[in-house]
Amino acid sequence: MSDIRWRHKDLLDTAELSASEITHLLDMAERFDEINARPVKKVPTLRGKGIVLFFAEPSTRTRTSFEIAGKRLSADTYALAASGSSITKGESLRDTALTLQAMAPNIIVIRHFVSGAAAFLAERLSCSVVNAGDGRHAHPTQALLDAFTLRRHWKGDMRGKRLLIVGDVAHSRVARSNVFLWRKFGVSVRVFGPRTLLPPGIRDWPVEVHDNLDEALAGVDAVMALRLQLERQQAGLLPDLSEYARCFCIGMKHLEKAASDAVVLHPGPINRGLEIASDLADSGRSRILDQVAAGVAVRMAVLFTLGMRGDSIQEEPADYKDGLERSRPADQAGYGMNHKSGQPAAGA
Amino acid sequence: MMHDGTHGERGPYPERPCAAGGERNALFLERALICPGIPGMDGGERDVSARDGKIVDCAPAGELEPPPDAERIACAGKRLFPSFLDVHTHLRDPGHEYKEDIGSGLAAAARGGFGAVMAMANTVPVNDRAAVTAYMTEKAGRLHPHGPRLYPVGALTVGLAGKELARMGELADAGCVAFSNDGKGIADTEIFRRGMEYAAQWGRIVIDHCEDPAPARDALMNEGAVSGRAGIPGVPTVAEALHVARDILLSEYLDLPVHLAHISCRQSVELLRFAADRGLRVSAETCPHYLLLDDSLLEGFNTAAKVNPPLRSREDVRAVREAVRDGLIGVFATDHAPHAAHEKEQPLDQAPCGMIGLETALPLTYTLVRDGLLSEAAFTRMWHSAPAAVFGIPVNNFAPGDPADFFLFDPDEEWTVCRAAIHSKSLNTPFLGRSLRGRVTAHWLGGRRIV
Repeated sequence: MSDIRWRHKDLLDTAELSASEITHLLDMAERFDEINARPVKKVPTLRGKGIVLFFAEPSTRTRTSFEIAGKRLSADTYALAASGSSITKGESLRDTALTLQAMAPNIIVIRHFVSGAAAFLAERLSCSVVNAGDGRHAHPTQALLDAFTLRRHWKGDMRGKRLLIVGDVAHSRVARSNVFLWRKFGVSVRVFGPRTLLPPGIRDWPVEVHDNLDEALAGVDAVMALRLQLERQQAGLLPDLSEYARCFCIGMKHLEKAASDAVVLHPGPINRGLEIASDLADSGRSRILDQVAAGVAVRMAVLFTLGMRGDSIQEEPADYKDGLERSRPADQAGYGMNHKSGQPAAGA
Repeated sequence: MMHDGTHGERGPYPERPCAAGGERNALFLERALICPGIPGMDGGERDVSARDGKIVDCAPAGELEPPPDAERIACAGKRLFPSFLDVHTHLRDPGHEYKEDIGSGLAAAARGGFGAVMAMANTVPVNDRAAVTAYMTEKAGRLHPHGPRLYPVGALTVGLAGKELARMGELADAGCVAFSNDGKGIADTEIFRRGMEYAAQWGRIVIDHCEDPAPARDALMNEGAVSGRAGIPGVPTVAEALHVARDILLSEYLDLPVHLAHISCRQSVELLRFAADRGLRVSAETCPHYLLLDDSLLEGFNTAAKVNPPLRSREDVRAVREAVRDGLIGVFATDHAPHAAHEKEQPLDQAPCGMIGLETALPLTYTLVRDGLLSEAAFTRMWHSAPAAVFGIPVNNFAPGDPADFFLFDPDEEWTVCRAAIHSKSLNTPFLGRSLRGRVTAHWLGGRRIV
């Protein structure tokens, strides 16, 4: 046992976590999951700490999951929904943030429709900020609970496993946070979706992009279907929903191409018959409800870790060196003004 | 071009009579290093004699007799430039005076080395009627009677809505020197074509903000690897290049000149090469930020780097730099676009586009001289004679009778971009806090020292 300190004030994305930090959170979540199986599910660890749940975008499951997680740790949780908040009265996010800060919470959990909103708060607030989903950018606790679910299913043996992500990757913070988590554990990620819903530059991501569903499925150990926002069709990105269901919906028959013990995940809420066939969602191959349960345990681990930050905590040693201070690539373009260190490129 | 007045006698607004006539009688600058790029100047040290706001003579050092009543200024080999012209600024006045007003904007221009600026029409109300034009020129003349001068750019369409042509005859008479829909691309090619034709009737050129609006909808940055990774809605370079191509084809078809604002990407540059090879009258400008910054600055959702057109990829930056080197882009402009701190301190989707540029533009573009991409003569041309020729704006060429508008520039003086150093009301620039090399150390307009 050694005395360690968590180096991050905030949890904004999985990309900023090292493999050992993620493992640390998942191991801790396992222990919280045991507590969640007990008759009395409450522990006193965060007693007296305040957690504000600031959800500027509608959310049921994520907000409830955070709220349960906080309450099981004995923290005081305060929910603030966009409809009942000053957002609708035209207050800027900065002012909302400062107002919340003045109430001196230990942690603010934010869900917001703009990419970068969580980072915006984190830069300005001294309390911890947990990103519960910002625009299309990141949803780290979702990726962590996906990792928790699959790590269990794979019995801890993740290296060399294959995960297929199907659907609207372009608009998906879940997909982004997953892709940049799994690469840290040697899991190879494949992507299959309409080309209109793949992000620019995806060919440079650490993923294999497939245009054919059968090829994409061959031998995979897990399939993650993404939720399709129905407004994508109105935006001209899809012909119509029945076309989408015909070409991109995952059904039982598709899993025959995958590994024999392959399972299906979905971040929810599901559109039955659109991204995932109803019978598959209800089958033994589905881990969708396990994901929900994992969500509480993972969020307890996150809130505990950030809530105890600054207090001394007893924990297993972990290698906190990897993932320290991501170094920016040296500027090689020659125009030299882009980064803070850059000076006008004299004679370059 | 019908605009043929000389600076000082026929500007777009009448010059205010000098209150204390003796104040700006005679100046004699000794041993100034006048940069090449001005016709007849060889880059050697020269003496400049000016009187009553006009150049009297300019000759190799020692050849002129200093007038006994002249104020003598020892330049000792410092670089003397004719005051520059910025063809693309947003002064926010009328309507958004909390971001900038004509007084502060022109003060910033003077500090930055500009003797004249062209102010875009996206004010509130839009400069699509003579009353707005007159308000702008009157206020500029009142607050800065000796300059910098304000040359309004009129709206090409009513309210910049892209639907109906603005009253360009009325606007030209009131002093608008060009027409533009800057800030918003015009989707309707028919309207744009008719705008080019109708503007030509008044001897004016159209400046196009090249952007196909549909792919730009909801965009907050350049579409590419950075936007894809961060999940930020982006606009592809194609949206710009499509309208560059359209305008080039129209210029050829109508046999009319067109000026393309703030070129930012490789594809546009390739189309400009096509236009140049055909000898078309297509001029193009770019801005310091497209030469020095790329879209990786948005990785951390930095709103100071949000600008339209957006900062592009490294490859695009390289292409734009090469286009400047090769002369395909012949005009520099600042696209000075002030915004208040509280507006930029918002999430990326709510923060407005733009960065200030009047006071940083010279040191930033001078890095291209230092990098060996541009000669000092070409640098001067791009800020001075090239834009002046495109828009018919009178500038100082150190010939007798020219306006006595010039500044001393120290290319090696270092200074830090900060509140105390900036005269614009706003501070929205990704260069905030950076140290820049090169500074305007003194600036005379109409023979009067302004800086």
